[in-house]
Amino acid sequence: MYENKRLGFMFALPFVLGILFFKLFPFIASFALSLTQYDLIDPPQYVGLENYRELANNDPLFQQSLGVTLWFVILAVPLRVGFALLVAHVLNFKMRGINFFRAAFYIPSILGGSIAVAVLWRFIFAKHGLVNIALIKMGFEPVAWLADEHYSMVTIVLLFTWQFGSSMVIFLAALQNVPTSLYEAAECDGASKTVQFWRITVPLITPVIFFNMIMQMVHAFQEFNGPYMITEGGPLNSTYVLTLYIYDQSFKYFNLGYGAALSWVLFALVGALALISFWSSRYWVFYAGEKDNK
Amino acid sequence: MTAEEENNAKPPLMRYLILGCIAFLMLYPLIWLVGASFKTNSEIFSSAGFWPSKIEFSAYAAGWKTSSEYTFATYFINSFLITIPKIFVTLISCVMVAYAFARFDFYGKKILFGIMVSTMMLPLIILRMPQYLMFREFGWIDTYLPLIIPSAFATDTFFVFMLVQFLRAIPRDMEEAGMIDGCNAFQLLFHIIIPMLKPAIISVIVFQFIWTMNDFMGPLIYLASVENYPVSLALKMSIGATEEVEWRNVIAISVVALIPSIAVFFAAQKHFIEGATSSGVKG
Repeated sequence: MYENKRLGFMFALPFVLGILFFKLFPFIASFALSLTQYDLIDPPQYVGLENYRELANNDPLFQQSLGVTLWFVILAVPLRVGFALLVAHVLNFKMRGINFFRAAFYIPSILGGSIAVAVLWRFIFAKHGLVNIALIKMGFEPVAWLADEHYSMVTIVLLFTWQFGSSMVIFLAALQNVPTSLYEAAECDGASKTVQFWRITVPLITPVIFFNMIMQMVHAFQEFNGPYMITEGGPLNSTYVLTLYIYDQSFKYFNLGYGAALSWVLFALVGALALISFWSSRYWVFYAGEKDNK
Repeated sequence: MTAEEENNAKPPLMRYLILGCIAFLMLYPLIWLVGASFKTNSEIFSSAGFWPSKIEFSAYAAGWKTSSEYTFATYFINSFLITIPKIFVTLISCVMVAYAFARFDFYGKKILFGIMVSTMMLPLIILRMPQYLMFREFGWIDTYLPLIIPSAFATDTFFVFMLVQFLRAIPRDMEEAGMIDGCNAFQLLFHIIIPMLKPAIISVIVFQFIWTMNDFMGPLIYLASVENYPVSLALKMSIGATEEVEWRNVIAISVVALIPSIAVFFAAQKHFIEGATSSGVKG
């Protein structure tokens, strides 16, 4: 029965239609839209590459926004993935209460995207908020987290890092698959725990590190709720990430053509970085069993 | 020596201490939020402790009532009116499609699977403007249809991928036995596949519930009138309306807004994390 191609295709039909209507068509239409000027009132006007020329040459806000986005991704992704690996490593042993800790570390990544947590973040980083109260108690100067353009990025990067739980459970599964015989051999040779971590654990789970890096990078480029709710892009546009700018252009000022062009720049950026990662992965990602296949 | 014994060489107390500290630091903001919801406005901004000096529920009552003409009861009902149908259509479409990918052989399967994996990496904002124009053509603006209907076509490819991975790991013996007994594909799906997929299906329900409750940009773009707002938009609105005013009301209602997600997470915690893990690549 499973050889019946028509039946198989019938089951896959919702997906085929969904991809065509809700993904592929909008994807192409978005590029077409980026070549026009469209404000929802007058019919769209074809302007060629004018939108792209505009954003490359005459749009300081775009350049600011691009810089902010890249800065955010460079800070937030390694922090989240690194932290996830570290905690997974400490968590990876037989112990009582592992379920408690696993749940505790997972909760932020469940709730982190919600508006309620963004509200919470606004309060704890407020002028007289939790973080500053703690800083004063420890004898430090309070910091204007949300009002100072040098620190505002910290708040949204911390919010992103805080949600490391989903990467952590994936690391945890990978760590449990590392053969124990390797550690035993290393132990015999007198390798320290730190050496074992860097020379055995890390190389063996590079495919998972790679997977988490790519997925989190894609997430980071799309971060919206944090900057929108907590810092509102400010102060002085210091957290005005591209998704915010795209949203404002498209749905606030109704420059849909320009918004589409901006979103294609974002897409090209994610695509280019993903391609570079895949290319570089040949040099640092180790797939066990690859030799057997060849 | 197993990995566990080997790892135990490190004093367990140290590990508990490290893990305990991290867990405390991570969860304290959430715990503080609950405590702060009972505090007075001035106490919120002066004390880092959890315990309010005296417990008052008035913030909950005031926050629930909101400064708009609707109460949060309306907004919660709206959130569920989006979430529940969405989960329902997601399950039907994703299970069907995952069944096709994991078991059947059909034309274009490899390419379609490749497309599915690559759309997981597509920044969704690139699709927002054309989708908005399309749904406007359909007359769907200010309804829940743009938030629900795409899910009926397995567009949440993460779930399809998760279910496919799960199904691939299950041997086909049971289905073969079913086929010999004369079951057709639908009977196999309902009587064998779906019961076996239960842990993964629970993960889909939990994820979709929490993500839809958290979703902000979708409702922000498609919903116009306040009477249709879900909790996420209503919360944002209450901040705009009460700038510099009764913060404790906002805090109280934030606590309430988090309860459904936390409840669903704990109810399904065990299956859920395992299901989520099996979707990832195995190292």
